[in-house]
Amino acid sequence: MSHRLPQGGRLIDKTRTVSFTFNGQKMRGVAGDTLASALLAEDQMLVGRSFKYHRPRGIMASGAEEPNALVGLGRDARFEPNQRVTTTELFEGLEAQSQNHWPSLETDIGVVNNYLARFLPAGFYYKTFIHPRPFWKYVFEPIIRQSAGLGKAPKDRDADRYEHFYAHVDLLIIGGGIAGLQAALAAGKLGKRVLLIEQTAHWGGRAPVDGIELGGKSADAWIAATVAALGKMKNVTLRNRTMGAGVYDHGYALAYERVTDHAPMVDGPRHRLWRIRAARIITATGAIERPLSFAGNDIPGVMLASALRDYIVNYGVAAGKCIVIATNNDDGYRSALVAKEAGLEVAAVIDPRPAATGDLIEAARSAGIPIKQGMAIAEAQGGKRVTGVKICAQDSDGSTGEVIACDAVGMSGGWSPVVHLWSHCGGKLIWDAAQACFRPDPARPPLSHDGEGFVFAAGAADGHATAAAALASANAAVGAATGHAITTRLPKVAEAVMGDLAPIWIMPARANIQKRAKMWLDFQNDVKVSDVQLAAREGYESVEHTKRYTTLGMATDQGKLSNINGLAVLADALQAEIPAVGTTTFRPPYTPISMGAIAGEARGDIFQPLRRTPMFDWHVAQGADFEPVGQWRRPYCYPRVGEDRHAAVTREINATRGALGLLDASTLGKIIVKGPDAGRFMDMLYTNMMSTLKPGRCRYGLMCNENGFLMDDGVVARLDEDTFLVHTTTGGADHIHAHMEDWLQCEWWDFKVYTANVTERWAQVAVVGPKARKLLEKLGSDTDLSAEALPFMAWTDAKIGGFEARVFRISFSGELSFEIAVPASQGLEFWETLIEAGAEWNITPYGTEALHVMRAEKGFIMIGDETDGTVIPQDLGLDWAISKKKEDYLGKRAQARSFMDNPDRWKLVGLETLDGGVLPDGAYVIRAGRNANGQNNVQGRVTSTYYSPTLDRGIAMALIHNGPDRMGEVVNLTDGKGGQIKARICSTIFFDPEGEKQNV
Amino acid sequence: MRHYSVFAIVKEAMGYHQGWERAWRNPTPKAHYDAIIIGAGGHGLATAYYLGKNFGITNVAVIEKGWLGGGNTGRNTTIIRSNYLQDPSAAIYEKSRSLYETLSQDLNYNIMFSPRGVIMLAQTEHEKRGYLRTAHANSLQGVETRFITPREVKELCPIIHLEGPRYPVLGGLWQARGGTARHDAVAWGYARACSAMGMDIIQQCEVTAIHRENGTVSAIETTKGRIGCNKLGIVVAGHSSHVADMAGFRLPIESVALQALVSEPIKPCMDVVVMANTVHGYMSQSDKGEMVIGGGADGYNNYTQRGSFQHIEETVRALVETFPMISRLKMLRQWGGIVDMTGDRSPIISKTPVENCFINCGWGTGGFKAIPGSGWAMAELMAKGHSPLADEFGLNRFREGRFIDESVAAGVAH
Ligand SMILES: Cc1cc2nc3c(=O)[nH]c(=O)nc-3n(C[C@H](O)[C@H](O)[C@H](O)COP(=O)(O)OP(=O)(O)OC[C@H]3O[C@@H](n4cnc5c(N)ncnc54)[C@H](O)[C@@H]3O)c2cc1C
Repeated sequence: MSHRLPQGGRLIDKTRTVSFTFNGQKMRGVAGDTLASALLAEDQMLVGRSFKYHRPRGIMASGAEEPNALVGLGRDARFEPNQRVTTTELFEGLEAQSQNHWPSLETDIGVVNNYLARFLPAGFYYKTFIHPRPFWKYVFEPIIRQSAGLGKAPKDRDADRYEHFYAHVDLLIIGGGIAGLQAALAAGKLGKRVLLIEQTAHWGGRAPVDGIELGGKSADAWIAATVAALGKMKNVTLRNRTMGAGVYDHGYALAYERVTDHAPMVDGPRHRLWRIRAARIITATGAIERPLSFAGNDIPGVMLASALRDYIVNYGVAAGKCIVIATNNDDGYRSALVAKEAGLEVAAVIDPRPAATGDLIEAARSAGIPIKQGMAIAEAQGGKRVTGVKICAQDSDGSTGEVIACDAVGMSGGWSPVVHLWSHCGGKLIWDAAQACFRPDPARPPLSHDGEGFVFAAGAADGHATAAAALASANAAVGAATGHAITTRLPKVAEAVMGDLAPIWIMPARANIQKRAKMWLDFQNDVKVSDVQLAAREGYESVEHTKRYTTLGMATDQGKLSNINGLAVLADALQAEIPAVGTTTFRPPYTPISMGAIAGEARGDIFQPLRRTPMFDWHVAQGADFEPVGQWRRPYCYPRVGEDRHAAVTREINATRGALGLLDASTLGKIIVKGPDAGRFMDMLYTNMMSTLKPGRCRYGLMCNENGFLMDDGVVARLDEDTFLVHTTTGGADHIHAHMEDWLQCEWWDFKVYTANVTERWAQVAVVGPKARKLLEKLGSDTDLSAEALPFMAWTDAKIGGFEARVFRISFSGELSFEIAVPASQGLEFWETLIEAGAEWNITPYGTEALHVMRAEKGFIMIGDETDGTVIPQDLGLDWAISKKKEDYLGKRAQARSFMDNPDRWKLVGLETLDGGVLPDGAYVIRAGRNANGQNNVQGRVTSTYYSPTLDRGIAMALIHNGPDRMGEVVNLTDGKGGQIKARICSTIFFDPEGEKQNV
Repeated sequence: MRHYSVFAIVKEAMGYHQGWERAWRNPTPKAHYDAIIIGAGGHGLATAYYLGKNFGITNVAVIEKGWLGGGNTGRNTTIIRSNYLQDPSAAIYEKSRSLYETLSQDLNYNIMFSPRGVIMLAQTEHEKRGYLRTAHANSLQGVETRFITPREVKELCPIIHLEGPRYPVLGGLWQARGGTARHDAVAWGYARACSAMGMDIIQQCEVTAIHRENGTVSAIETTKGRIGCNKLGIVVAGHSSHVADMAGFRLPIESVALQALVSEPIKPCMDVVVMANTVHGYMSQSDKGEMVIGGGADGYNNYTQRGSFQHIEETVRALVETFPMISRLKMLRQWGGIVDMTGDRSPIISKTPVENCFINCGWGTGGFKAIPGSGWAMAELMAKGHSPLADEFGLNRFREGRFIDESVAAGVAH
């Protein structure tokens, strides 16, 4: 049984107990425990169930590679599924629940899959559930869905906070083991800006556990001294609990800091995502031990030999009382020795190598540990915990052999360098046959913008098995990364001399199919040796096919334990060399990172910055009904008590057309285009001639993209010879500005023009209606605003009611209208002044819907309604706004193409229903018959449709095939409910066709 | 071809599954084929399959530089829908969707088509009008869709947050017969069926040159040697410009990285597919329990099959707003594929300036759903010289300005 040892545990403080619950049961650990060590100390061997067969599973590892022991942590708004117990630091009050079982962890119905396992090999679902057809949707899939998945879905909105950090460094060192520390020291002494990150809470990595001496001291002492020295360097930043998550192009890297996961009571963000720009990166990410494949290697109590040792040394916890170690390399003996020293019985070391020798083997022998060379585990026995192993000769089929009783098994299949971060951005690997592992190929590193490698590996991550080599490689990596000779001294290392590993993947060598069907490769996803062999047999030979067919390496641990073993089995099945089979692609993140951290602070109210006009609060106070328009909120209308939207819009329109309305037009895009070549640039940008516009005048213009399609419209004012003020649509401001810059920076970089988006500098108010001029006269202006002095499509500077303003005589409603811009800081005051002074004419603020209806009554187009990216100005009857004189403008060539040049197109007209009703949004105009693909023919579509209060009936605009030639014709439209509606083609101008109201 | 069924599994189980045969053969190339398809992605394999099935042309090779299905076919987020706006698009995507419905039976391979339903959220008035329009168009195109209310959205997808502070959900366009399928299985199922018809799928074989005689295609050069053909179909998605260059013509295609990600698996909490185009993200839950998430494409051209993390951030941010519960889930894996984008976001299924050389590409961010329909149309085009489903998607439309613009209907076209 697993238990806490009376002595030992370098990371714990036994004097401080910490209570927690597991599946509601109260348990106790000590300060410094991980949830894993605390569970083991409480003899909780069974921690979870596997994904497919629901097999009982215990703790397999001691770090990020853990495939089995995942739990749900916390509750309600702080619940999190699939958390590895091995990387969860224990805290007071922690609540954990095991996953993927029903009704309970001990008795799980899903385990029937285990008994049916023989019928559920890799990919079985591709071969069945095919008939009868509806069964997949209604029967099979729901069952599969229910039994798949791991943890429960969180239900509530997350109660925690997350944030992003930015860092720019010369050198990012990932991994705070001895290689990372040494590298930081060397780089720190060179004066480089260094960021050293370590995923766990502790510095030093494996060296202290492996009993290595550095500089004549214990590894712990060297580590403490080095961390202290680094702490004194101003140019070095150290962060623990911070994992290197991903390496991207051009030295961009992500780190994931778990700020308060270990102390949820502390205030602060839960996670922090570091976005790092590093000139160079060193990965000192260590290595991960591999399991061995023998039958029953997934039974709780069977774990990595290194994990077994970690729990003893770091936490004073033994996974069992009587231990068996199976290893194909010398390092496994370390675990045996550690167990022995801790007072545990080591029943045997089972080593398939017939005659291995070395320091550690000798030490084990003299410690009295039975060593079984040339032997293998034929099967591990037990159900919810291991009870013994049957052993046999490695070179056998394992059918006979003696049973050794034990309650924990440590297995070691050698070590795999953690090459993930090296590989994320294209770093290539070489196969190291001696150690049977892939390691970074220094000749093919990830390349940066300058064509130079920007990632360097050091330590065990670079394939160095000894501490001495690891430290030396750290200096070398810093030297290579910085181009400096490194003089930082290396500590003298005392460590055991080790012999070669035997690349043995399966125990015993000739295990039959029954045994191979019980050898787990991917523990979480229940992929066994037999599954990989089946994939190979069926032709899923590419490693990617094998992975996808069997799901090998696709679990939450992303194959950290299973990849190399799986590859080896595949290579064997294909009779190919492992390097020829190759690895699957390593993708970020190294271990899963929270969505919360990725989103950062940009959530809720600051998900996307809400843009407010200076009058925003006034609108709110008036109870405006808002609609989102881009990132703005604009009043849709201002309903009064008892009014619905329709009533409010009708009132606003009637008031405006009758006397006086007021629109907050501040969101309208305002871009300054300035420079000696401004006119030339404007002529290229717009379809009409802008360079001839006189200062003091405005002109309505159209902008098309390269494909000739209309993209934006608006009024341009010429401020002076060199300066234009471009008005864009509200939604268009940002992308039109970007569009201008795109052309200026990429194509016309010789134009002497600058642009500036000044949208938010100005508050703009449209004063609209027959009384508009009266209102301005009442306020008093230092400039003549009469029709003669300021005619339609003119603008002037003026001081109105004491406000410095720019007044444009433009109209989007067909009424007499002044658009008045004042500095944003005075917008609200100006607005309130207008409201107050306009009271005698019942001045009425109106929203976007009234704006839309009034423009439609006048037949003015709206970008986004009449246009959709497929419409050219000619379709809208706007030929007059296309200059025939200009040699070129954006879209000109495109519009000359045969289909666009053809007059036989859908063109803009008005539509009126026969009964005065309102046409539905988006209705299509039907044409008799069907096309070659059996679809009903169409001949047009509604682009805008409204109820017009002015005319008291529905009005619409539509693009109809040759529409302008078909005035008066009645057409059929879809009604959206399967039926049809009739409407008559008419002019787009429904109101005041002569423009008498606006030109006064 | 060994028939797959539950009985076959039970039978094989007795022998511990040691009796299964290869799903597809691994042949060496012949000297000459009636037709060669370059690219063993879904579209290439489906083209081959329908050449055989519909036109009896089985002396066919599919040439793949990597492993079959390893391009975008094996990297996408598997959304299948046909609620497109423009007639030609609706026609081919609906054909495709309906072929998906029976594809498992046709191929005797469970491709797990799951018509769980797709909602496209309307989050601005403008977007709402756009989807209303699509619903009208679909009703005439024979595509079943409906604009649904926020309440219906919530019923279909309880984890959604309707009252987002920026973009409240105003309703959605609902296609009940849309859904997802298992992407690898689509490639594998077609490959197995092609192989069973006697076609050669040649993997690890890169096409390096295209030979012409008098303007007519005659052979291809590959890393496994020269192979002759009467007809050639280029179906290589992100690498189309590159391969077209070998045949001496240019394409209006840009290749950019599109990324996706999955969360760790959790128990079922979302049965439908939801696309939120205003905030730019979409999500569904796989049968394995992972939340499958995608968003926008990179703004610059490249071939790296990676992408900038900024897009992942934007996508996740958008979806945390839409589905607040995902905040405490973890991203398990992110990846990218190189998508082939045309100017109008619609595909190209076309003859080319080279006689007997055809091209199928430009599916961009949304061609998984089109695999069966595209293969059907491409096979018809290659066999007969034209196809009603393909005719509007010819290359000449760019010269004429006859675009089929789908970006109109959806900012994110998946
Ligand atoms: C992240 C992402 C998400 C997506 N999500 C969706 C979605 O939800 N729904 C949807 O419908 N679509 C989606 N798509 C798009 C969809 O994946 C593609 O449109 C579709 O898979 C393209 O298939 P294909 O067969 O044309 O291309 P691919 O599958 O890419 O196949 C092309 C093949 O050509 C091979 N090739 C290239 N050059 C050569 C050569 N010289 N010689 C030989 N072989 C060559 C390649 O190796 C490759 O296998 C997504 C795409 C991505 C990247």
